[in-house]
Amino acid sequence: MKAKVIVMPKRSVLDPQGVAVRDAIHHHGLPAARSVRVGKCIEIELDGAHTEAQLHEVCRDLLSNPVIEEYELSVE
Amino acid sequence: MNAIVIRFPGSNCDQDAHLALREMGVPVDYVWHKDTSVAGADLIVLPGGFSYGDYLRCGAIARFSPVMQAVKEAAARGVLVLGICNGFQILCEAGLLPGALIRNRGLHFICEHRWLRVENVANPFLNEALTGQLLRIPIAHGEGSFTADSATLLELNRKGRVLLRYCDARGAAIDAANPNGSAENIAGICNPARNVFGLMPHPERASDPRLGSTDGRVIFESILATLGFRKAA
Repeated sequence: MKAKVIVMPKRSVLDPQGVAVRDAIHHHGLPAARSVRVGKCIEIELDGAHTEAQLHEVCRDLLSNPVIEEYELSVE
Repeated sequence: MNAIVIRFPGSNCDQDAHLALREMGVPVDYVWHKDTSVAGADLIVLPGGFSYGDYLRCGAIARFSPVMQAVKEAAARGVLVLGICNGFQILCEAGLLPGALIRNRGLHFICEHRWLRVENVANPFLNEALTGQLLRIPIAHGEGSFTADSATLLELNRKGRVLLRYCDARGAAIDAANPNGSAENIAGICNPARNVFGLMPHPERASDPRLGSTDGRVIFESILATLGFRKAA
């Protein structure tokens, strides 16, 4: 089994990296890019017993910081 | 009085903090992050650096180091905890201080002396300073932009828990003097019990005239005064 976690900065939190990447996209010839936000994607390969609650706990306590980030967990 | 400096893999200001305290005559030891006891310490310093390579988020992995459980318990007992730079980030990740430190507004890693204004002296870390006093202390970080929700900021302001703000040479905490985009120019905060202090600037790098400033000494002097420490003659 594989779990995928997407961690994104909250909308209310300034993402200077996203702003810099957006500007680079503009320079690259795509002025239509209105907003860019940069997050991260974490893949976890699972082997053995586990619950979705445990995965959420890991997402909440370690993989994301709820003060500044949101996460989305999907299990395949 | 006994001080300890915690060493995480990737700490790189541990020796500076150790030296600053030692020069003041304080008995100080290193404690490795895998140790599980901080017994006997009156002051715990979480030094600057890049613990665990800043993987995931600054301080995110260090927060789960075995020693951090002991640090939390000591903090709850009232032991003084000083988190400098990466130490501040670890304290926020560990929930010992509110808010978080994110990428600098301008994306640059900034390493330079900055002016700080002392906002509150009714705490163990600045009681030898004066309210409004200006300190010139270096910063050295890429992720030092303090952020917190508005309720947290209100609480920090109301309770006098903002201890330092970035300001200009005249003491005005204006946006132009804000190096990293920190909310309300905040450079350092403490917990409700006022025994846990986190700051992005490096007082240990401003503790010797050879380093260009001794303004950081007032923080260590305040801690020593709080703990009733007098250097042996």
